[in-house]
Amino acid sequence: MTAPANTAALAEVQDLPEAEAAKAVKDSRPLRLITCGSVDDGKSTLIGRLLWDTKAVKEDQAAALSRDSGKQNDLGLPDFALLLDGLQAEREQGITIDVAYRYFSTDRRSFIVADTPGHEQYTRNMATGASTADLAVLLVDARAGLLEQTRRHATIASLMGIKQFVLAVNKFDLVSYDKSVFDRISHEFKELALSLGVRQITAIPMSALKGENVVYGASTIMPWYDGPTLVQALELATIRTATAGGFRLPVQRVSRPGESFRGYQGTVAGGSIKPGDSVAILPSGMVANVKQIVTFDLVRNAAVAGDAITLVLDRQVDVSRGDMIASLDGQPMTGLGFDAQLVALQPGGIEPGKRYWLKAGSRRQRVVVQPVSQLELSSGKWKPHAETLAMNAIGKVRLSFDELAVFDTYEQNRATGAFILIDPDTNNTVAGGMVTAKRSDLGGIHREGERVLLSLPADLAEELMASEAFAARRDDVDIRRISGQRSNEIFETPD
Amino acid sequence: MRGSRQAAEQPIDHSKTHSRTNRQESRDHMHKHTSEFDPHLKDPVTKPPLDPHLKALENEAIHIFREVAAEFENPVMLYSIGKDSSVLLHLARKAFYPGRVPFPLLHIDTGWKFPEMIAFRDEMAERFDLDLVVHTNPRGQEEGIGPFSHGSAYHTDVMKTEALRQALDAGKYDAAFGGARRDEEASRAKERIYSFRTPDHKWDPRNQRPELWNIYNGNIRRGESVRAFPLSNWTEVDIWRYIQAENIPLPPLYYAKNRRFVERDGMLMWAEDPRFQPLPGEQIQEGMLRFRTLGCWPLTGGIRSTATTLDEVIAELEIATVSERQGRAIDRDQAGSMEKKKREGYF
Ligand SMILES: Nc1nc2c(ncn2[C@@H]2O[C@H](COP(=O)(O)OP(=O)(O)OP(=O)(O)O)[C@@H](O)[C@H]2O)c(=O)[nH]1
Ligand SMILES: [Mg+2]
Repeated sequence: MTAPANTAALAEVQDLPEAEAAKAVKDSRPLRLITCGSVDDGKSTLIGRLLWDTKAVKEDQAAALSRDSGKQNDLGLPDFALLLDGLQAEREQGITIDVAYRYFSTDRRSFIVADTPGHEQYTRNMATGASTADLAVLLVDARAGLLEQTRRHATIASLMGIKQFVLAVNKFDLVSYDKSVFDRISHEFKELALSLGVRQITAIPMSALKGENVVYGASTIMPWYDGPTLVQALELATIRTATAGGFRLPVQRVSRPGESFRGYQGTVAGGSIKPGDSVAILPSGMVANVKQIVTFDLVRNAAVAGDAITLVLDRQVDVSRGDMIASLDGQPMTGLGFDAQLVALQPGGIEPGKRYWLKAGSRRQRVVVQPVSQLELSSGKWKPHAETLAMNAIGKVRLSFDELAVFDTYEQNRATGAFILIDPDTNNTVAGGMVTAKRSDLGGIHREGERVLLSLPADLAEELMASEAFAARRDDVDIRRISGQRSNEIFETPD
Repeated sequence: MRGSRQAAEQPIDHSKTHSRTNRQESRDHMHKHTSEFDPHLKDPVTKPPLDPHLKALENEAIHIFREVAAEFENPVMLYSIGKDSSVLLHLARKAFYPGRVPFPLLHIDTGWKFPEMIAFRDEMAERFDLDLVVHTNPRGQEEGIGPFSHGSAYHTDVMKTEALRQALDAGKYDAAFGGARRDEEASRAKERIYSFRTPDHKWDPRNQRPELWNIYNGNIRRGESVRAFPLSNWTEVDIWRYIQAENIPLPPLYYAKNRRFVERDGMLMWAEDPRFQPLPGEQIQEGMLRFRTLGCWPLTGGIRSTATTLDEVIAELEIATVSERQGRAIDRDQAGSMEKKKREGYF
């Protein structure tokens, strides 16, 4: 065992300042990106070309490609999309159906790319790719400009937390490399991006098929363009780190290999932890201290977001799968009602009042979803909408739980603010959602035979009692005057 | 190539921490932690830290292992003895430490595996205190089905795919871990981490469940099952670098050795098994040969190589111009053949 190895090992488990930790990992973790945009805009061709030009295609794969290509274009080039469209149905129809994951690297960094389908019917597979991406390459056919599907993809990508976009104005060879086309489309996109709150945009005129501005520049053909190629833009992109904020450990399983050992296994979903730190077990609210962080390799003196660990606490507390262990100060939100945005992914849509399974982290629980509004893609405006959210709709909803749920907002923590909905009839995943806030009102959970306890200022109560609806059912109502402190007590106690 | 320099700097000397472990020691492992909580009692510096890229892949795989083990009633791990299975097994041991691996390992023995693979398999089961289940298709065995007499496609159908279905049905497993990687093949690149199977083990690539973030949908009905792929996002280079960094034991077939072989249909076929018959005009050659993937020896092409150490294997890999599946007869039958096999229940 050498001394340098020794220090390196210790350095890894020490509590690095956040900024430094982010810097240290920046270039060796892969950048996760997606291609998206409307059908046939050239997404698969682009990634195929990227793999080709970065020499990620091996000889036998290249031979298979030219064998399968047939007559796809007049340029005598292989059909690069076939490197991605690996399903038989995709090859037959010449479209992408499901997301393909590919891995490649340049001298500077490695990449995981998800090539997603443009076809509206398969939006769910685009959402699958977008949920884990750091950057989106949005393709536009230079001849067609921004389409509704382009807007849908841009919106889903941004809702899912992607903050960096590359706008690839593709098939530029088919518009005679006309600068005004590029200017018009990139201007139009910048307006869309602004409305989505996206600020990091790189627009690039491109021919995916001919490989212009993909890996190699094209200054002789487009002397007016002096921006980066796609690969240069990707090499400069940043990777998010989830180390900011409080410690979060969704408990996956309880490990009890022997009488004297009890460890809680899970992947750190935010913040960091070290022995001695105080934690709360949620939703129960019990408190304990961290005794030990166990991994196969060594007993560690710290763990950070992303680490798969086993946590040992200093006392007997009731912890089971689905609970969240969180730092005592800086806890996530606990409650019965939350506001969220979601994308409906399956033909049946999302029905109001139906009881779905919600899975978030390792926790699975029943939920009722009440749609509130739906995004109109053409105008970018939210329109009131309380009915079923149809497939591919993007909606704002209220989530109502029977048992306490635990979330951060998605904005604060992508891992603890995200959820999926599972249809109990089909067992299929029917929505992907992002929590925006905890809800304090109980609107939208009306169910037969249930009662609701309201606590309000006396003057507001008086106003309410004067209303017609109230007066008509006065006999159904119990009213009692209580102190503010007593009210707090009642509402703090979970039932 | 990413990280090759870093990989080269890793010392190998602590390999013995794992490779020496036997049944007794693996219990001690647990014991040590159940009774002692002072971190200094266990030498904290057993090896240099993984680089962040491999660490992230490892974390993801452990997460998947734990999630499946917690959500399903009766999981099993497909163990095919190759390098990916070796990494998978290592990750499983890490995921459940200090406990034992809480599910059995299943090996589908076609009867045509390299003898070195079988010896290695039994050694691993012994050393790591594993529950090993071995299954051979009794019908195929009775009918004497093999790749030479019946052709590679039929042999694979019966001795691998059908055998796997038999074993999964017999064990009533509702989840099966596999070591498949998305970079292996174009239809694999499309597969989910939780890959849903119907009661007759069929995969429907056109209707896969959306799989967002790292939230996996484990809801299934009785009879249905899930194949889970913790190594989905690993590449071949990642596998090798991880093997090196973690000192994971491998079957010796991965290292070049003087072996006897013939050249048949552009493939270098191992020729030391008693069942091997040279074709008319075929010359048995002798030379340094190793394998990039392992399977049935008549279907697994070797490569000429002088790489006898991990460093040398990785160095060769980084300049390789053909993919690892090139040596595999089953993938070359036709375009889309892997997808077809998978739809029928192949892993
Ligand atoms: N001339 C020209 N044709 C292109 C270019 N990029 C793509 N194409 C062609 O456009 C067609 C569609 O390309 P794909 O890559 O399959 O499109 P896609 O966006 O992946 O389509 P979906 O995944 O089905 O949404 C193919 O015939 C490509 O050859 C380009 O830059 N120039
Ligand atoms: Mg495509």
